[in-house]
Amino acid sequence: MAEGIKDKVAIIGMGCTKFGELWDKSADDLMVDAYKECIEDAGIEKKDINAAWFGVHFEEQSVGKGATSLALALKLPFIPVTRTENFCATATEAFRGACYGVASGAYDIALALGVEKLKDTGYGGLPGNPGLMGTKNALIMPKLTAPGAFAMLATRYFSVYGLSPEEGKRMLAKVSAKSHYNGARNPKAHLRREVTEEQIINAPIIAWPLGLFDCCGVSDGAAAAIVTRADMAKKFRPDPVYVKTLQIALSSGEELMYTKWDGAHVETGYRAGMLAYKEAGIKNPREEISMAEVHDCFSITEAVTMEDLQFSPRGKVKEDIEAGRFNLDGPQPIQPDGGLKCFGHPIGASGLRMLYEMYKQLQGKAQLPERQIKNPRLGLTHNMGGFPAMNIVSVAIIGL
Amino acid sequence: MVGIKSYGAYIPRYRMNHNTIFTAVGFLGTFPPPGENAVANHDEDALSMAVAAGIDCLSGMKREIVDGLYLATTSQPYMVRQNSALIATALDLQANMRTADFIGSTKSGTTALLSAFDTVRGEMSSNILVCASDCRLSKPGSPQESLYGDGAASLLVGSDDVIATFEGSYSVSYDFPDRWRASGEKFEHAWEDRFIRDSGYSQFIPEVISGLLKKYNLNIKDFTKIAYPGLYARGHGAIAKQLGADPGQLQDTLLSTVGDTGSASPLMMLVAALEDAKPGDKILVASFGNGSDALFFQVTERIENIKGKRAVKKHLNSKKELTSYEKYLAFRNLAPMDLGMRGEISIRTPMSALFRERKVVLALCGSKCKKCGTPQYPYQRVCVNPDCGAIDQMEDYRFSDKKGVVFTYTGDNLAASIDPPSVYGLVDFDGGGRFWFDFVDCDLDSVKVGMPVEMTFRRRYVDESGGVHGYSWKAMPIRA
Repeated sequence: MAEGIKDKVAIIGMGCTKFGELWDKSADDLMVDAYKECIEDAGIEKKDINAAWFGVHFEEQSVGKGATSLALALKLPFIPVTRTENFCATATEAFRGACYGVASGAYDIALALGVEKLKDTGYGGLPGNPGLMGTKNALIMPKLTAPGAFAMLATRYFSVYGLSPEEGKRMLAKVSAKSHYNGARNPKAHLRREVTEEQIINAPIIAWPLGLFDCCGVSDGAAAAIVTRADMAKKFRPDPVYVKTLQIALSSGEELMYTKWDGAHVETGYRAGMLAYKEAGIKNPREEISMAEVHDCFSITEAVTMEDLQFSPRGKVKEDIEAGRFNLDGPQPIQPDGGLKCFGHPIGASGLRMLYEMYKQLQGKAQLPERQIKNPRLGLTHNMGGFPAMNIVSVAIIGL
Repeated sequence: MVGIKSYGAYIPRYRMNHNTIFTAVGFLGTFPPPGENAVANHDEDALSMAVAAGIDCLSGMKREIVDGLYLATTSQPYMVRQNSALIATALDLQANMRTADFIGSTKSGTTALLSAFDTVRGEMSSNILVCASDCRLSKPGSPQESLYGDGAASLLVGSDDVIATFEGSYSVSYDFPDRWRASGEKFEHAWEDRFIRDSGYSQFIPEVISGLLKKYNLNIKDFTKIAYPGLYARGHGAIAKQLGADPGQLQDTLLSTVGDTGSASPLMMLVAALEDAKPGDKILVASFGNGSDALFFQVTERIENIKGKRAVKKHLNSKKELTSYEKYLAFRNLAPMDLGMRGEISIRTPMSALFRERKVVLALCGSKCKKCGTPQYPYQRVCVNPDCGAIDQMEDYRFSDKKGVVFTYTGDNLAASIDPPSVYGLVDFDGGGRFWFDFVDCDLDSVKVGMPVEMTFRRRYVDESGGVHGYSWKAMPIRA
């Protein structure tokens, strides 16, 4: 029986750039910005770093292949640097690599850094890439866009739980309105304006039934973490944050090609959650997880994720949303930083951006007092990459 | 005795009224006769429509018996890469067969049919599927634009169980320069209509029919139906009069409901005649284009056994009006449309991968686990059923002829499409299997979870830089 990663690794420093349409910043600039804040927070120097893990997804869009771009941007002195790519879990995979590196005893201190420079395509939305799912799929798959793929999750959720389009869109509008409320209060967020449910419901349709405000932004950004072995952590700072679990789950094909999946949940989300709760020793996620940053690429993704992670019973998330359970002042705040909704989704950075928010909240260091969650114990981050029928989900939990 | 064993046809869903064309570009020409044309969707062409007609023809038949496929068309997407071989692959037919493209003249439909009879009579093949299909590009504002319609017909030729015996033929060939298109040209040229009508149409058809009557010692009154293309309404009637045929003997030309479908036209009329035929009926068919072929048939008692074909009648009644001429231009790529930079991204088709995966991509074949019976698309080596997982226990399984229901769907305004929103979703197949597909020939508002769908072979993309017309299967609401 594997022991798992619980309490073997600590985060001693983190950095995160402002996210946005950063026309005057290159990927290199973003890496340096995140790194600078991160090592200053950790109180270490470059020579202390033994190895690095580097996450970027659309490498053809910005940095090219391999990990040399990180080594060159930061002038890392001939140390091991590994590139990770696993769809939207890319940054969490970089973090996982760094944690396993120090937990194994191979290294004392490791850097995880994720970056994505999306706004050099010349058009809105994520970069189109017909080869995204491989050669065979390029010949047989519809030309899915991300909004379209997740719209199908909404269609199915509405159908399975008997929600009219009006009821469904109202539920989803509450999800986005909550995140915009939080994002408006976060200086590092991209979209910093509150929006009303009516504005959300009446916005132009991107992919039926999802409208503009059901979709997260597309932005540039980077985030980074310095990790060390738990027994060394207190040497660096009095308030390190400990890793409780790191899990991922990938589709087996049965959602897309077998007919048992109901299409109204994300199977990998449930499975990764179960693996994570086991590794972290969590019995009742609804009660024990203080707060979470989940992958709200679309409003429906967040809603369904609440059920997949067992924060809400199956088919009942609407009641929790309506009760304000996930609001900043609610019993289980979700997306306290504004989420992908307001940060946008630079793929290779998002997982570390989520961890940054959890880390700061756990340390009581949210930038503004009105953003600070009271006495959080455990923070969960969740990424979902790919499409609801074929994807990867990562779950990380960190705590004091 | 060789003859026709089965028939099928295809008419695209969209119809465009001649008025729509006249309103848009009428200043360039004269007012067209009343009527409407069948208009292929933006993802259809002669090849995809030939597949659709072939599916109709082969419905209820064993596909294993087919050992030949002849395509007749003047609008083949490929000049080099045999279109008939691609159609045979899409129909999941065996490799051990003769395939040929009959091109270059609107007479090619009857010529392909004659060649199929010859091949079967010569015992070189047993069952040949003949597909005639045309989707001709006409220059905006040209007389052809309101004359040409898109459609396809298919006939299975064999020597046993025939529904109509092939009794004889007579042909004439002339280098008649009524219409022409040189290699590399996009649009046809045409000489003056009065020349075409008076020196060609009104000469060759009477000549070929009279020749046939004389050769087989027949009287025009012997025929229940006489089918020949109706390029000119008045000329069409005049020919009948000249031959001594009653108006009641004339098969409807489909000119005002489908348009002139070129190579497919005489065969579509033959199919329509067979739909109404009774045992003992004699049917005469003649084509027009650089001469003419005339063929005659005698209907057998087996005609009563043919059931469930959509053929001409059902397709005629299943339609939606295309009211926007601009949309038609966009469908034909005759007006440069901005798909955004997202729409400009394409990959070169990896031809070796396409050949390797031809059954998956072009024939919509997956696999069925011999251990647990689960159908799965695309072909898997490891069974997708989590309770099975057998390795290499698969047999081929064809999904193209399976119906299914919509599991979920969306209408995507972000995806680059010539006809937004791009509608797609997941389909659960009757009998098992699930995959995602583009949806076509449907309106977003009419799509519902649980809606029954069928599969249709469509052009997926045109990669102009690579010279590739790519095809795959899409889902559409069941066409009544």
